[in-house]
Amino acid sequence: MSLWEYANPNRFMRLTDKVLPYLVVVTALFMGVGLFWGFFLTPDDYKQGSTVKIIFLHVPAAMMAINIWVMMLVTSLVWLIRRHHVSALAAKAAAPIGITMTLIALFTGAIWGQPMWGTYWAWDPRLTSFMILFVFYLGYIALWAAIEDPDTAGDLTSILCLVGSVFALLSRYAVNFWNQGLHQGASLSLDKEEHVDSAFSTPLYVCIIGFVLFFITLVLLRTRTEIRLRRASALLARERQG
Amino acid sequence: MPDLGQYAGPVLAAYGVGILLLAVLTGLSLTRSSVAKKQLQDLEDRRRKNG
Repeated sequence: MSLWEYANPNRFMRLTDKVLPYLVVVTALFMGVGLFWGFFLTPDDYKQGSTVKIIFLHVPAAMMAINIWVMMLVTSLVWLIRRHHVSALAAKAAAPIGITMTLIALFTGAIWGQPMWGTYWAWDPRLTSFMILFVFYLGYIALWAAIEDPDTAGDLTSILCLVGSVFALLSRYAVNFWNQGLHQGASLSLDKEEHVDSAFSTPLYVCIIGFVLFFITLVLLRTRTEIRLRRASALLARERQG
Repeated sequence: MPDLGQYAGPVLAAYGVGILLLAVLTGLSLTRSSVAKKQLQDLEDRRRKNG
């Protein structure tokens, strides 16, 4: 069985109809446990005090903001190369989730920055690239809304997504490229060195899994909505033609 | 409620904003989903009636 079979809207609707109820339960479990653990059961940090609890929202949201754009890039490429409508609609469905994650990362970062850095905002490489990513999300959503023909909208938004990917990658690696910024290095990395104590990293991993599941659940629900709206507009057009 | 000390304001504000944004996104997605479902159902019913 090929993955491409799920590019068929009917197959996609049937599969997601079965999977979504289970996903909702698992997502609620991971999000609930992760955020409860992070907020109620973690100790204060010796330097940051209780503001360390903000990482349980900030880090997963920032990771998702970048990775959702990468997912949109992949589905946009699938649309441009193979013309599968479900993939274009999945990219469209993901954008509002991505912009929400970007907003959460920006707000929680600013709220944390005031007591720790003494400022809500600095034109630091990572903060600035995140602000640009936010503008790209806004532009992407506005472009979908501005173009009536869905195939043209799919083409143009896919090209915008390709251009914006530079900033998504820049956001991801800004702390590695420039070390003169205020933003510290990555909290979690694949190297062997421990950057965060396990008292914080374990609930943080649970929160990250929760945010990933939240995205998958919501993007499936929203893609189903887009497929239904596409069918409805096709039926309306047929009605009008007589 | 844990003792958040002098940073209670920023921590509660961050959780308030974060959870509010997640809740608004979920609420809007569910509302849009049920509107789309009803709209499509109505159109399909009308199409069936009209043959």
